[in-house]
Amino acid sequence: MKRNKKSMPAWFGPLIALAILVIILAVVTNRFIYHDNIMNVLRQSSINALVALGMLFVLLTGGIDLSVGSVVALSACVMAVVMKAFGIQSAVVLIPIGLACGLAVGLVNGLLFTKAKLPHPFVSTLGMMMIIRGVCLIITGARPITGFDGSVLWLGRANLVFPACFILVIIMCLLYSVLLNRTTLGRQIYAVGGNREAARLSGIDVDRTVCFVYIVSGFMAALAGIVLLGRISTAYALSGDKYEMDAIAACVIGGASFNGGVGSVLGTLIGALMIGVLRNGLNLLGAKSDVTQVVIGAVIILAVYIDVMRGRAAYNLERNEQAKAMEAEEKQQAL
Amino acid sequence: MGDIVAELHNIYKVFPGVTALKNMSLQLRAGEIHGLVGENGAGKSTLIKVLTGVHKPDGGTISVGGRETVFASPLAAKHQGIACVYQELNIVKDMSVADNLFLGNFTKKQNSRLLDYASMNARTREVMLSMNQDIDPTVKCGLLGMGQQQMVEIGKAVLQNARVLILDEPTSSLGERETSELFAILRALRDKGLAILYVSHRLEELFELCDVVTVMRDAKHIITGPMTSMTKDDLITHMVGRSLTNLFPKQETTPGAVALDVRNLSSRGRFKNISFTARRGEILGFAGLVGAGRTELFRAIFGADPVDRGEIFVNGQKVAVRMPKDAIGHGVALLTEDRKAQGLVLAQSVERNISMATLKSNSSRGFLNVRSMEQKSNDLVRRLNIKTPSIHSTVSQLSGGNQQKVVIGKWTNAEMEIYIFDEPTRGIDVGAKIEVYTVMNRLIAEGKCVIMISSELPELLGMCDRVIVMRRGRITATMDRSDPTFNQEDIMKAAWGGIK
Repeated sequence: MKRNKKSMPAWFGPLIALAILVIILAVVTNRFIYHDNIMNVLRQSSINALVALGMLFVLLTGGIDLSVGSVVALSACVMAVVMKAFGIQSAVVLIPIGLACGLAVGLVNGLLFTKAKLPHPFVSTLGMMMIIRGVCLIITGARPITGFDGSVLWLGRANLVFPACFILVIIMCLLYSVLLNRTTLGRQIYAVGGNREAARLSGIDVDRTVCFVYIVSGFMAALAGIVLLGRISTAYALSGDKYEMDAIAACVIGGASFNGGVGSVLGTLIGALMIGVLRNGLNLLGAKSDVTQVVIGAVIILAVYIDVMRGRAAYNLERNEQAKAMEAEEKQQAL
Repeated sequence: MGDIVAELHNIYKVFPGVTALKNMSLQLRAGEIHGLVGENGAGKSTLIKVLTGVHKPDGGTISVGGRETVFASPLAAKHQGIACVYQELNIVKDMSVADNLFLGNFTKKQNSRLLDYASMNARTREVMLSMNQDIDPTVKCGLLGMGQQQMVEIGKAVLQNARVLILDEPTSSLGERETSELFAILRALRDKGLAILYVSHRLEELFELCDVVTVMRDAKHIITGPMTSMTKDDLITHMVGRSLTNLFPKQETTPGAVALDVRNLSSRGRFKNISFTARRGEILGFAGLVGAGRTELFRAIFGADPVDRGEIFVNGQKVAVRMPKDAIGHGVALLTEDRKAQGLVLAQSVERNISMATLKSNSSRGFLNVRSMEQKSNDLVRRLNIKTPSIHSTVSQLSGGNQQKVVIGKWTNAEMEIYIFDEPTRGIDVGAKIEVYTVMNRLIAEGKCVIMISSELPELLGMCDRVIVMRRGRITATMDRSDPTFNQEDIMKAAWGGIK
């Protein structure tokens, strides 16, 4: 695709920031650049990246999904309960069940917004967040459940040069990149986020598009839940707590807008890596988790602020170009 | 002639790379309504912004009351007595009329920080009554009609004792009655000694209202003169820089088969028992006052709003339309009146907007054929003469006329059979209007069916083969181009219900 050569993609800034961060950490602490540590960062970032990719779809339509953290726990808990109740160990059965939980929750979220006409997905997904967390506690009796088969845990712990879960992230990124940029559905998602009414009046089935993004979000959270299960070997009703916030943070750092219509897969991946690298780096530097929170909070605000400034700069640049084009046209007419 | 209240002298305003105002001078006199016209992009908006302190001029001087001055901020201009009613009203809909009038300058009780609503309400009542507006000061502005909201805006100016009142396209969302009411009030304010700058695309209005008119073109002052010394043709010639022999390039065609047949369509509280047919190769006009139900009718036909009863036939076949997607599937396109809110995704590119209604046909198995989409967009940009740096430029940067052409591009690209244009030329300049009419001509020449809803009678009379008049949700008259009743007066009578 031919693009305006001078305009830089929105993910470029965060990428540079990530690179600088990595260089600084490599210099400041000699333990960061180690192979094991890097792999660790990738593994840690993967779960957030998966949840964030789903969240990106929702943000693109101008919505939000607060239930994803609970869905992370739900998929593992339901798998655990099915395993205990029916004695099923097979990954071929359990993993689809876990993923189906995510799809189901996503569908409910979508229908609550489009059919029940709740005013804003913040409300419906907030409700779902609490309901699902409660359900997790009820079905597990608030007890951690272990005893999963290795095949179920494989995705979260396997290593194929890179951690399997990170390879999964990359595959999902490629898939979603194509989906968002090269398919009808992708364009529809951006159009709905940019102007719902105009999209509807252009013949786009807005309700179906919106339902789809919540289903993607639920699915990705469930997938993250399965990865998390592999890492901790335990299904626990309180796991995945506040993951929705990390996911939103990753999207926003990567340039996604709360108003919908703006955001990219690559940006989101970079955002998730940024958070992962920061957590890891600060940890290596001996910072306590309280300090880490302060830093990550500040990074979110800074990232959005830079994005706002960048938007203004791009606007001015475009205006300049437009002005030049107009002037050239004037001159041509004068001749 | 009254004293000069405000004066712009040799104003220059340069934006990076473009000169928005060149050597622009303007004198506003007390007790005078000064019309300002020019095509979009002629510099009217910049002029208003210089006059209201939003932009600082790069050269030239501004004088208020005979003294040279510099506006440090919009607030400074306001303090010097310059008030402006923008096209998009600055009304807080959830606050009362009194709140809006006093916004930013609330009256407080003596020696207290508490608001003195008793006196604010009383003063609001006084101000509004002075403009013949019997409005409860405590009612929320959102509950008022557009006309009354505008009165509240003008009320703000009256309250602050403004010396200059600027109105930017004030009638674009008003009906005939509200418009005449507005004019009465503006004349009354003029007679009290206010200087009024009236910016409008509707030339008829200028002749009706203004004492003096200034034409701008290409960021420059072209001419200022008494309104009575000008004809409409003069104004247009000055605006476009060349003479336009015919504003309405009507072409004669012979209507073909019935494309759209609507029978007894009803929607509670919106319209009732609407039956009409629209043929291929004809332009069918819909006249009526704002609120007569025309937009509602066609939104319903398009599937954007629900219907209660009735049948719709497209090309002789009965169709069920539950959402816009269904209507589009039957070849019906609706070009909405509010293109920014309903027609375009402003933050996205020209190409994305043009392609929006044709995603399905430009893809195979869900994958887009980006190259063909870009090629089609480039073709349309050229064919419709859309002035844009590239198909990847965001639509929000384009002028109103070019934005409208993007909407037209979206639907002609989709190769629809029935095109419903709702107020297609609202807020766009004369040159772009003619281009829109030309597109309509081309469509009917291709045997398509065109329906035009418009509040501008000259445009309906100029372009349509048939005009249907609606009043309060019902059809009150149908006039053929050949009928003796195909004139402004008879259409107005039908629209007003013969009261006039």
